[in-house]
Order: sequence, then structure tokens, then C-alpha cells
Amino acid sequence: MAGRRLRWIAWHLAAAGGAFLMVYPVLWLFLSSFKKSELIFVTSGSLIPDPWVWENYVTGWQGIGGLHFGVFIKNSLVLVVLATIGAVLSSALVAFGFARLKFMGNRFWFSVMMLTLMLPFEVTLVPQYILFSELGWLNSIKPIVVPAWFGAPFFIFLMIQFIRTIPAELDEAATIDGCGKFRLFWRIIVPLIMPAMATSAIFSFYWRWEDLLGPLLYLNRPSLYPVSMALKMYLDAETISNWGAMFAMSVVSLIPVLIVFFLFQRQIVEGISTTGLKG
Amino acid sequence: MSMRFAAWRETLTGYAFISPFLLGFLIFTAFPIAASLYLSFTDYNLFSPPSWVGLEQYQTMFTGDPKFWKSLRVTFIYVFAGVPLRLSFALLVALLLNRASRAIGVYRTVYYLPSIIGGSVAVSIMWRNLYGDEGVINKALNFFGLESVRWFADPLAALWMLITLSVWQFGSSMLIFLAGLKNIPPSLYEAASVDGANVLQRFIRITMPMLTPVVLFNLIMQTIAAFMTFIPAYIISKGEGGPLDGTLLYSLYLFRRAFVFYDMGYAAAMAWVLLAIVALLTALVFFTSKYWVFYETKED
Repeated sequence: MAGRRLRWIAWHLAAAGGAFLMVYPVLWLFLSSFKKSELIFVTSGSLIPDPWVWENYVTGWQGIGGLHFGVFIKNSLVLVVLATIGAVLSSALVAFGFARLKFMGNRFWFSVMMLTLMLPFEVTLVPQYILFSELGWLNSIKPIVVPAWFGAPFFIFLMIQFIRTIPAELDEAATIDGCGKFRLFWRIIVPLIMPAMATSAIFSFYWRWEDLLGPLLYLNRPSLYPVSMALKMYLDAETISNWGAMFAMSVVSLIPVLIVFFLFQRQIVEGISTTGLKG
Repeated sequence: MSMRFAAWRETLTGYAFISPFLLGFLIFTAFPIAASLYLSFTDYNLFSPPSWVGLEQYQTMFTGDPKFWKSLRVTFIYVFAGVPLRLSFALLVALLLNRASRAIGVYRTVYYLPSIIGGSVAVSIMWRNLYGDEGVINKALNFFGLESVRWFADPLAALWMLITLSVWQFGSSMLIFLAGLKNIPPSLYEAASVDGANVLQRFIRITMPMLTPVVLFNLIMQTIAAFMTFIPAYIISKGEGGPLDGTLLYSLYLFRRAFVFYDMGYAAAMAWVLLAIVALLTALVFFTSKYWVFYETKED
């Protein structure tokens, strides 16, 4: 009995100790943002701010380059929402086609899609840039948003896996009742795959919110910058006086991500566990 | 006749449904792949039309560009130290958390958290500052009686920052391992216990073989992802890849050649070399997998 209890305690100590090490950097970032800017590195060994100050958030929120930080948040939200709606809807359409319709080339195109999951982005980087510049899309959010509306392989795969768990008899019954394929998709399949669509939307939110490369390539005007580019501006202008503001706005940029994570962690965990793909 | 008509109809409907993917694939993937192959045989700076130079870009890369070799070396160290470390941690923690306890949910959340935020600019900025001269890491080293390291002065030390940042995000692999562990039938362990197998034997003879398919999959996907790492290298080195190219990961060097020096032909050639490396490594893992991946044979 005593040995069991001891092992239980040892297990908790190991698990909790590891967990503390894992969150320590984030905790340090968070608490440092409440320290006076010039004290952040002087007192980097201790977590607790002394004194606690709000000023980093005040100066940080005033923004950089003559732009209010709220502008960057708004830009990020526009990017995220437009790209996410497009990616989720188009992926659902494609997933239904692959999972439920028998047609010549189905398996071939499915394999092609799975291969694109493994394609390094560098291979298409340069020609895509040239393509978008020829289209006159530079300095707009189109190069980032428009491709999202053509289905994302990861989401398509996730939804196919989900659709396959829905009994095919449902389709047959609907077809006998005179339901066309699109109505079948929209009225019956879409409501049933909502959980997979939600998981896709969550991942899309993360990737778009955190994306730096797209904005770095295609947006030159700071008034179009999302949060990731704004933080890069803070970093480029790094001086002792704005460490605090940079820390504070880094925290602000993580807040939406953390809120979504804590609200939807069940979907996220299931999404990763069922597809086996990285989130 | 009507059957054939129905089949045609279904085919047309099928293609209509997958048309977003098909169009997107042709416009944003297939065409750019072909274009980048063509560009890799040209000299092109975006402003004047591409001029055909044959294999010159590849020749320069292999024989006349020490920076290319440096960035390849840095990337290989990053991938072949980072990925195994990351997967080992993922497996270790998954084993630790694979038990019934009400606290599991909390622990799992905390260990997974870094994976969710790890790709962001904010975290790269945070990491940069953790390793600052007066940062937490040096304070911890001092606490244990070790000397401070100047992480931004030494190329290998700087690369170590990137590797630890990648290892810190082992959470998603851990989740996949946890799912894999849950799929191992408990009856196997019970039978082994009856036969007197100890913990280590059970791990080596049951857990590891049963997990190898999951390990294979993780190994491939994580290796490819590691070759594509960009944001941390870009942010931590402020876009330069320094010190002394110590953090000049392949994708950062390619980015710089393309969008800082407008050397589009060279960047396209680099992309194809990367594709070849990734394809070769993936093939290698696949072909060796029959020697180390255990597939359950179905018994009737």
C-alpha cells in the first residue's frame, strides 16, 4: 500500500515538474510584461514583477509606425475569417466528392492530394509570387485569402475520415427520396460533419493568425499588416525602452490563440489523434 | 445505355465536387512546380525576362557557394538533432501520461500548449529573449554554477536555440503517440505479465513494436516539417540567419536569395534540390521501414 502511494506521488511530481518547465517560458513572458521595461532583464531570474505596472500595455497598444495596435488585430481578423470560411466550405465540398462519389480518377486525385500534403512549400514559393505579381495582387490580401478557397488537403483528409464513419444507407435513403447530390451534401452531410468542420476551422484560425511568410511576401503597407508583422516591427525597432511594449503585445497576440485553445481543446486533441497529422 | 449515362453523370458530379481542389491544385501547385523547374535553369531577377543558363545555377550551388553548404549543414543538424529529440520527448511523456488519472487532462493540455502557440512570432520573440545575455537560460546556468553563454555570438549555440524551440513543441507528436498507446490491446500486457515479463521487457517486446507504425508516420511528417522551418530562424536571427550563418536554415537562405537578392532562378534551383533531398529521405525511411516497422497480421 505504502509503495503504491509513493509511486503515485512520484508520478505526480514528475508530471507536474515537467509541466511547470513547459509553461515556464510562457509564464515568464506573461509576468515580464508587467515589469518596468528597464527591469525585465535586470530581474529576469525572478517571475514576480516588482513593482507591477500596466504601462507596457498602454504604450504597446498605442502601436508602432503611427498605427494603433487595434488596426493590426483587425487586419489579422479579416485575414483569418475570410481564409477560414473559404477553406472550410471548399474542403467540405471536396471531401464529400472524394468520400461518397464513385468516379473515374477518384483514387488517383486522392493520392495526388495526399502527396501535396508532403510537398515542401519552398517548391511553389517563387512561381506563386510571380503569378500573384503578374495578377497585380501584390500589396493586397488576395494572395493569402484566395488560395484558401480552393480546399486545404489537411482539412479535406480530416473530413473524409469523418464522412466515412457516416452510414452509407443514409445517402441511399435520401437518393431514393429524390434528393440530388448537392442537396444530399448540403442538407444531410454538412450538418453531420459539423464537428470535423469545426476542427478544421480551429486549425485554420491558428495557421492564419500565426502566419508570417504570406504577409511578409505580399503585404508591404504597414496599414495592411496583421499582428505577426506588427510584432516583427517591434523586434526590428528593439531598444531598451520598448522591450516592455514588445512583451506586452506578444502576450496580446497570444490571447486569442489561448482562448480558442481552452474552449476547443477536445476538438483539437481529437483532430490530431484521428488524422495523426500535426496541428 | 442508361447505366452508362448514370455512370457518366456520377463522374461529372464527382469532378464538380472536387473541382475546387482540382483548380487550386493546377493553378497554385502543379503549374508553380513546373514553373519552378523551368526557372531553375534560368537567370531571373523579376525585372527582366528569364534567360536560359542550363545547369549553371546548380553548378554554382554545388561548387561555388559556400553559404549553400553552410545552410545545408545547419539544416541537417537542426533536423537530425531536433526531430529525434522531439519524438523521444513525445514518447517519454506519452508513456508517462498513459494511465488512468483525473489529472491526465490537465497535464495533457499543459504539455500540448507549446505546440499550439509555438509557430507564432510572439513565441519566437520570447525564445530570443529567454536566451538573451541577461535572459532566463543564462540565469539558470549561473544558478547551477555554470558560466553564461553568449547565445547570439556562437553559431552552434544559436542553432541550439532553434533546436530547443522545436523540441519544446513535442506536444502534437505526444498526442499521436498517446492515441497509439491506447490502441494496444491490454490483453497483450496481461499475457506478458502472466509469463513473468518485467516493465522493460514489456516495453521492448510489446509497446515499441506496436507503436512503430505511428513512429514511422511521425518521423516522416516531422522531418518534412522540420525542413520547412522558417519563422523561428527568421525572427530569432532578425532575418539574417546569423551569427556566421549559424541559424541560416535552408528555407531562410532560399527566402533571402529570392526576396532579398531577387535571385529567382537560384532560389528555384534550391527548392528543387530540397525537394530531391526530402523525397530521398522519405523513400529511405519507407524502404527501411519493412525492417523495423511491425505490422499486425490478421489472424482468422
